[in-house]
Amino acid sequence: MSDPVSALNGASFQGFATIREIGPLGMITLRAKGLKSLDKAIKAVTGTRVPAPRRIEIKGDHACGWMSPDEYLLILPYAEVGEAMGKLAKALAGEHHLAVDVSDARAVFRIEGDKADQVLRKLMPVDFDRLEPGELRRSRAAQVAAAIWQQDQGFTLVCFRSVASYVMGLLTHSAQPGSEL
Amino acid sequence: MLILECPYCGVKAEETELSPGYEAHLKRFGPGSSPEEFEAYMFARKNPKGVHFERWRHTYGCGKWFLAARCTATLEVFGTYPAQVSEPPADIIAKIQARRPDWKGYK
Repeated sequence: MSDPVSALNGASFQGFATIREIGPLGMITLRAKGLKSLDKAIKAVTGTRVPAPRRIEIKGDHACGWMSPDEYLLILPYAEVGEAMGKLAKALAGEHHLAVDVSDARAVFRIEGDKADQVLRKLMPVDFDRLEPGELRRSRAAQVAAAIWQQDQGFTLVCFRSVASYVMGLLTHSAQPGSEL
Repeated sequence: MLILECPYCGVKAEETELSPGYEAHLKRFGPGSSPEEFEAYMFARKNPKGVHFERWRHTYGCGKWFLAARCTATLEVFGTYPAQVSEPPADIIAKIQARRPDWKGYK
């Protein structure tokens, strides 16, 4: 089988914070609401609880984020996606849901360093002082949709793959040395 | 800058995270209605100076449509509420009446 390739092939930039494009990362969009087996299905794939509204439950390299009242984002290693799709189909059989592998439709960035928040503060209409640990915030980065959450002394940012180079440009420019807030 | 709280996800979203959906609580007149009714449904909008009910979509967030009551003159926001209602909830009405005693109702 061919090797998966991330959007920017792992591009990185060292400014006053470190920007890294990571991936490929396994991502499944699960649309479901009020299902009996939902907690069981999410547990089977990511090993986490069903997240509360606007939260992300992280467990090692697996996570489950709340995207909207009827949408969850399941994050897992790229190689496990196929198996996870099978687990979801089995756990939610007979219940109204939609699970789609979106791993190759997205790009993922890590913004790390003491001033990582400043890189994003300049780009997003989000009050970072009120961003809570474990909160997943969907918003925009300049002109494109993006979701962010805090993880391990930095931020993880997810956007569409088609705008990956635009977002890399934004983050690079925002992290220019000397442009700290 | 208009800041509206999304009733589905609780984010205090500023205007640029949202998309406008214009007037709320329109009653649809489709096939079988009179030309006058259809014209009114299609084109006639209130455009008030004062209390107004609007549809908004939390485009860059959870993607859901919600409704907002606000004043077009002062940009005061009276409240936001989920879109699955055919008229404004009582608490929003009470809030508007408290702030605008001479308001004549949403009809």
